[in-house]
Amino acid sequence: MGIIERYTPNLYNYFDRFLTSCSATFEMFCKAGAIAFVIGLVLGVLLVVTRKGGIARNPILYQLTNALVNVLRSIPFIILLIFLIPLTRKVVGTAIGVRGAILPLVAGTVPFYTRQVEVALSGVEPGKVEAARSMGSGLLGLIFRVYLHEAVPALIRVTTVTAISLIGLTTMAGAVGAGGIGSFAINYGQNQNHQDIVNVCVVALLLVVFALQTIGNLLAKRTTNRALIQRRH
Amino acid sequence: MIEIQNLSKTFHLKTGDVRAVQNVSLSIADGQVYGIIGYSGAGKSTLVRCLNLLEVPDGGEIRIGADQIVLQNGRIFRRDQGGLRRIGERQLCALRSGIGMIFQHFNLLDRSTVYENIAYPLKYSGMKAGAVRERVYELLDLVDLRDKVNVYPAQLSGGQKQRVAIARALANNPRVLLSDEATSALDPDATESILALLKDLNRKLGLTIVLITHEMAVIKAVCDRVAVMEDGRVVEEGSVYEIFAHPQTGITRRFVDSSSPLGKIDRLLEEQSPLVEIGPGQKLVKLIFRKECVGEAIVTRAAREFGLDFSIVLANVEYLQGGPIGGLIGVVSGKKEDLKGGLRFLDENHVTVEVLRDGDH
Ligand SMILES: Nc1ncnc2c1ncn2[C@@H]1O[C@H](COP(=O)(O)OP(=O)(O)OP(=O)(O)O)[C@@H](O)[C@H]1O
Ligand SMILES: [Mg+2]
Repeated sequence: MGIIERYTPNLYNYFDRFLTSCSATFEMFCKAGAIAFVIGLVLGVLLVVTRKGGIARNPILYQLTNALVNVLRSIPFIILLIFLIPLTRKVVGTAIGVRGAILPLVAGTVPFYTRQVEVALSGVEPGKVEAARSMGSGLLGLIFRVYLHEAVPALIRVTTVTAISLIGLTTMAGAVGAGGIGSFAINYGQNQNHQDIVNVCVVALLLVVFALQTIGNLLAKRTTNRALIQRRH
Repeated sequence: MIEIQNLSKTFHLKTGDVRAVQNVSLSIADGQVYGIIGYSGAGKSTLVRCLNLLEVPDGGEIRIGADQIVLQNGRIFRRDQGGLRRIGERQLCALRSGIGMIFQHFNLLDRSTVYENIAYPLKYSGMKAGAVRERVYELLDLVDLRDKVNVYPAQLSGGQKQRVAIARALANNPRVLLSDEATSALDPDATESILALLKDLNRKLGLTIVLITHEMAVIKAVCDRVAVMEDGRVVEEGSVYEIFAHPQTGITRRFVDSSSPLGKIDRLLEEQSPLVEIGPGQKLVKLIFRKECVGEAIVTRAAREFGLDFSIVLANVEYLQGGPIGGLIGVVSGKKEDLKGGLRFLDENHVTVEVLRDGDH
C-alpha cells in the first residue's frame, strides 16, 4: 500500500472505487463473454453448415443469419448501446448498471465472434468432413466430432481476439452507468485531472490483454495437431 | 457384387452444366480389385462418390450386395418387396458406413491419435468400449501399425497415414472398399507397400476394392479388371490382361503406352532416331505376345523359316494379374514375300502384329 500511496496518491484515495470498477469490468466480461461465446459458436456453426456446399445446405437460414450478423456488425457499439436501451429494459428489467450492460455487450460481440468462428470452421479441410461422411457420420457427428473438434486451435485463437475486443467494449459500457475501469478512468482520472489514475487504468488493461493473449497463444499451440489432454490406449 | 446401371450425375454450374457421369453401367464381382482409370476431370471421383452416395446421382440404379438403390430425380429409394421406398438420412448414414473409403490426402483427424482415428466409426455406434478397443487393436495389426497407437497423424509418414486411413475404413467390416487415388500422394516405396497391403486385404478378407487412379502402373500392379473413363463415360472395360493385350480406344492405348517401355517408340519416331530409320525391304513392327506364346521361340522360328532378320529396338515383358504379356518393337528385314509370310506366321501363333512403319511405302 505504501508504494501506491507514494507514486499514485490519487488512486490511493479512490482505491475502493478502483477495486469495485475492476470487479464490475470482470463481471461484465465474464457474463457477456460466456453468453456471446455460446451464441457466436452456434451461429458460426449454423453459417458453415447451411451455406452453399455445406453439410446441411439451407439458403434461407443462411441468408437470415448472415444478414443479422452483417447488420449488427455495422452499428458502432456506442450507438448500439443507446439503441438497445428500451429492449434491455424489457428483457432484464433495467437498462443501467452492470446488468443493463450485458445485453448490449453480447449484441456487440456476437456478430464479430460469429464471423470469426465461421472463418475458424472454414479452415477445417473438407476432406475430413468427406471422410467422416463416408464413415456414416450424421449432421451432429460432423459438427461435434469433425468441425468443432478439428478447429479447436483456430477457435481458441479467435476466442482470444474476441475476448480482447470485449474488454475494449466493457470500457464503453460506462456510458450506461455500468461502471468498470473505463468509466473509472474518465470520472476519477480524466475529469478530475488525476493523470496517475488514468495511467494505472491503462497499465491494468494492458496487463489483462497481455495475459489473455499469452494464455490464448499457449493453448492454441498446445492443441495444434493434438488433443489438450491425451489419453493413452 | 456391385452393379451399376445407367448412373448419371450432372453438376449445374453458373458457367453451364458439367455432365460428370453419363449413363455409366458397370458390374463388379465380389472379391475383385476393380480399377477405374482416366485423366483428370473424367468423372472417376464423382462415379465412386455416387457408389456410397456421398454424391446423390440424378438417376440410375446401384446394387451393392443385398441393397438395391434406385435414384430418380436426385431422390434416393430402396427397392424391397413392397416396391420403392424413400431412404431417410439415418438409413443413408447406415448405408455409407457399410462401404469403406480412402482418399488421396488421407483425411485423418489431426487432433486425434491413431487409436482415436480408427475408433472414430466405432464410437457412438452402440459398441461397448471394450469391444471398440479390441477391434481397434485387431485393425492395427491388420495394417501393421500397433506401435503407433498413441501417435498423432502429424508424426506419421504418408504411407503410415494411409494405413491408418485403411484401418479406419475397414472398422465396420465393409464388403467393399473405395479407393480414390489413395497412392497419388505417396512416394514409390510407400505406393508399393500400400498397393501390396490392398492386394493382401483383398485376398485375406475377400474384400472387393474399387480403385481409382490415373496411373496405369497401379492398375497393372493390383487390378483384375479395369474401366477406362473419358468425359463421364466408360469408354472401355475388360480384364486388365485383355486391355493390355488389345487396347481398343485411343485413350486406352495412350494409358497402356504410358506405362510400358514400348511407349518410348513414339519419342524415337518423333525424333527421327537412327534406330527407327528403315529402308526398302524393311518394316518397323510392334509385336505383342500373349501368355500362350510367351516363352516360345516364335520370333526366332519366324526368322529361321522365312529367312528374316530382326533387329530389336524395344522389348519388354509385363507381369499382370492375368499372366505375363510380352512386347517387342523391332525392324524386320527380308524379301517382300518372306516378310509377308513371316508376319502371317506370327499372327497365326497368337502374336499381335502391328506395322508401325513400312520401308516400301
Ligand atoms: N461438387 C462439384 N461441383 C461442381 N462440379 C464438380 C463437382 N465435383 C466434380 N465436378 C466436375 O465434374 C467433373 C468430373 O470431376 P471428378 O472429380 O469426378 O473427376 P476425376 O476423374 O476424379 O478427376 P481427378 O483425376 O482430377 O480427380 C469435373 O469437370 C469437375 O469439375
Ligand atoms: Mg478425382
